[in-house]
Amino acid sequence: MFKNIPISALIGLFFTGLYFFVAIFAPWIAPYGMAEAVGDVWEPSSSEHWLGTDSIGRDLLSRMIYGGRTTIFIATAATILSFTLGSVLGLTAAVIGGWVDQAISRFVDLIMSIPSLIFALVVLSVMPVTIPVLIIVMGLLDSTRVYRLSRAVAVDINVMDYVEAATLRGEGRKWIIFREILPNALSPLVAEMGLRFIFAVLFVSTLSFLGLGVQPPNADWGGIVKENKDGIVYGIPAALVPAFAIATLAISVNLVADWVLARTTSLKGGRD
Amino acid sequence: MSDPLLKVRGLKIGATVYPADAKPHSIEIVHGVDFDLAKGKVLGLIGESGAGKSTIGLSALGYGRGSVEITGGEVWVNGRDILKGGISGLRDLRGAEVTYVAQSAAASFNPAKKIMDQVVEASISQGKFTRAEAEDKARVLFAKLGLPDPDNIGSRYPHQVSGGQLQRCMTALALCPEPDLVIFDEPTTALDVTTQIDVLAAIKEAIRDTGVAAIYITHDLAVVAQVSDEIMVLKMGEMVEYGTVDQIINSPQEDYTKALVSVRSIEHEEKKPTAPILSAKNITARYKGTKFDVLHDVSVDISPGQTLAIVGESGSGKSTLARVITGLLPPKAGEIDFAGRKLTPDQPSRSIEDLRELQMIYQMADVAMNPRQTVGTIIGRPLEFYFGMKGEEKQKRIQELLDEIEMGEGFIDRYPAELSGGQKQRVCIARALAAKPKLIICDEVTSALDPLVADGILKLLLDLQKREDVAYLFITHDLATVRAIADSIAVMLQGKVVRYGTKSEVLSPPFDDYTDLLLSSVPEMKLGWLENVLATRKMESAGN
Repeated sequence: MFKNIPISALIGLFFTGLYFFVAIFAPWIAPYGMAEAVGDVWEPSSSEHWLGTDSIGRDLLSRMIYGGRTTIFIATAATILSFTLGSVLGLTAAVIGGWVDQAISRFVDLIMSIPSLIFALVVLSVMPVTIPVLIIVMGLLDSTRVYRLSRAVAVDINVMDYVEAATLRGEGRKWIIFREILPNALSPLVAEMGLRFIFAVLFVSTLSFLGLGVQPPNADWGGIVKENKDGIVYGIPAALVPAFAIATLAISVNLVADWVLARTTSLKGGRD
Repeated sequence: MSDPLLKVRGLKIGATVYPADAKPHSIEIVHGVDFDLAKGKVLGLIGESGAGKSTIGLSALGYGRGSVEITGGEVWVNGRDILKGGISGLRDLRGAEVTYVAQSAAASFNPAKKIMDQVVEASISQGKFTRAEAEDKARVLFAKLGLPDPDNIGSRYPHQVSGGQLQRCMTALALCPEPDLVIFDEPTTALDVTTQIDVLAAIKEAIRDTGVAAIYITHDLAVVAQVSDEIMVLKMGEMVEYGTVDQIINSPQEDYTKALVSVRSIEHEEKKPTAPILSAKNITARYKGTKFDVLHDVSVDISPGQTLAIVGESGSGKSTLARVITGLLPPKAGEIDFAGRKLTPDQPSRSIEDLRELQMIYQMADVAMNPRQTVGTIIGRPLEFYFGMKGEEKQKRIQELLDEIEMGEGFIDRYPAELSGGQKQRVCIARALAAKPKLIICDEVTSALDPLVADGILKLLLDLQKREDVAYLFITHDLATVRAIADSIAVMLQGKVVRYGTKSEVLSPPFDDYTDLLLSSVPEMKLGWLENVLATRKMESAGN
């Protein structure tokens, strides 16, 4: 299954793998502790501190590694939540149709009419900002978009003769949703998943930058930008490091998603 | 002797294929074809899908569709090799010397522009005529092609005329710039038989009157026999046989041509009707949210182990009847008895036994099978679902079913995309058979298939009927198919059954007007059939 991987997918796989590996094994990889002040303010990179130090003298590389762990964990969990919820609801609405479809769809429209960021800020300002709350808020907000996509795709598939054939056979809704429709709806959902994961990374970074995401002293990439943003005025690039990490993660995840998409679109089970 | 109008020598055409997980590469799809076409003559190109007939036809325009490319050979039109003239040479050629009539007029006309604007477009842009001249010519052509109200039909939009009329408008479009050569690419395939005969007659007359040469592409030998002077039979991008119409139809040399000529010659002894397995009584039905009935008071019976064919044009309500019987569309009035039980009107409330004994096969096998399931899953699911079969037992039964549909070993793990059109339809038949049904509804099951493949499917269905004693409700618009397999026939027109009885009763005179029209419109593989039918019709209408 891993032969004939295009070079772009290999690059994407390598970097995505690297980021996830570093995130998972952060405590063993990071050279210093996350909240340990080990040097002067905004030291340039040196052999002790590869990326220099941050606004209060903590090792930036260690902060980045721990921050990546938090950011990637929150984004992954929120994406999984939004996809499970959004696609199950979307497929169900498409298959059942009628007032069930109307009720869910209009409710989703209602939620989508409020800008996600503002909605999240309002909710987070009245709720205790903990990681589970962040995940649930982001996952629920994102699931509306997944819902729309999966419902649109499923409505098209639902009128195919093979779904009618399954209905005429007497199959229940569960079989029709999970065995007839879901496998055929997977390609656009996988493509969307890569994109949504990155939006989740951006979203959690934005929230942290605004101070309503991950709370200090815990690190995350958005928070690191916030802590070091004043340095930009003095020509200190510390704030650009997390920005660079977000960008490279976004590109590599999408390279992988493209490749997975090309594979799953094949109707021959991925065989030649 | 002067040079022919079109001279094709050693034509080779390649296409780029993009297999999943492999590098795109070129394959050759036409392997060196030669032919000539003189002024005013018609050449018929015939073959199954994938034979390369459209590709060869389009090469006379110097055009390759999609990733198709002319890779070798010469195409001479009016004494110059169009493949050497570059794009500007082709631009002068297309729409002026050579024009094209596509299969689906509905998809080829721009829906946002009036018909006249599109018909005269090529003549004006090629500088052949002024707009006024071109419009005059178009009106003459409209009249010649038998379009109603030829003076004003041009100011309508494409959706405001019928399918057959639009196809004739397209012919006018092609003839308007007074080309030397017209390519007809399956111009009547998408039409009903009764419409097809009118369009065919119009095209033939227009070709004769304007003295234009034509290439007529089709998969229906009986149709091409009516309009062509010469026929070229193609298979897999190679010429099989090339000769005059008379020679091809009456004394074909190659086995492949012989098979094409003798297609649909299945003989089927009709059986006497017995106590019906399914009886639909006084069905009236309409679709939700509409205000008219699609079916009016339809009653038909099907005897066990026999075939009832429902014949009619598109829109006659044939498929709606199938939806009512399967319970997908509960009828407004009427009831259905099946195997001694009364069927509930809507499908969800039917018992598993009712669902199992009433199976369905669809027209498009492509979309009737889940592309993500293997043949084994597709056939195995009914076994599992109805009979609770598992493991070894299920695998054995799947293989038995595959043997029954003459596919043998090695198909269980394949996906539908890895099967040919005929094989796909066979798998659908196996899926229906797996349920051990008493009645199978066959909705146009052969219309999407090439004639030889369709013949194979019909033979298989007849065989299975003998062995399994299953009844068929066979929906079709093709009377040749009906002759081959039906025991009784119901002719439908606008939601009503206009003629109903055993095959011999329905197909023997005296006919009602509609059945007569339908029967006489089916192209026969005889020279001069078209003229005879038209002459008879003219006489009849003169007599009235």
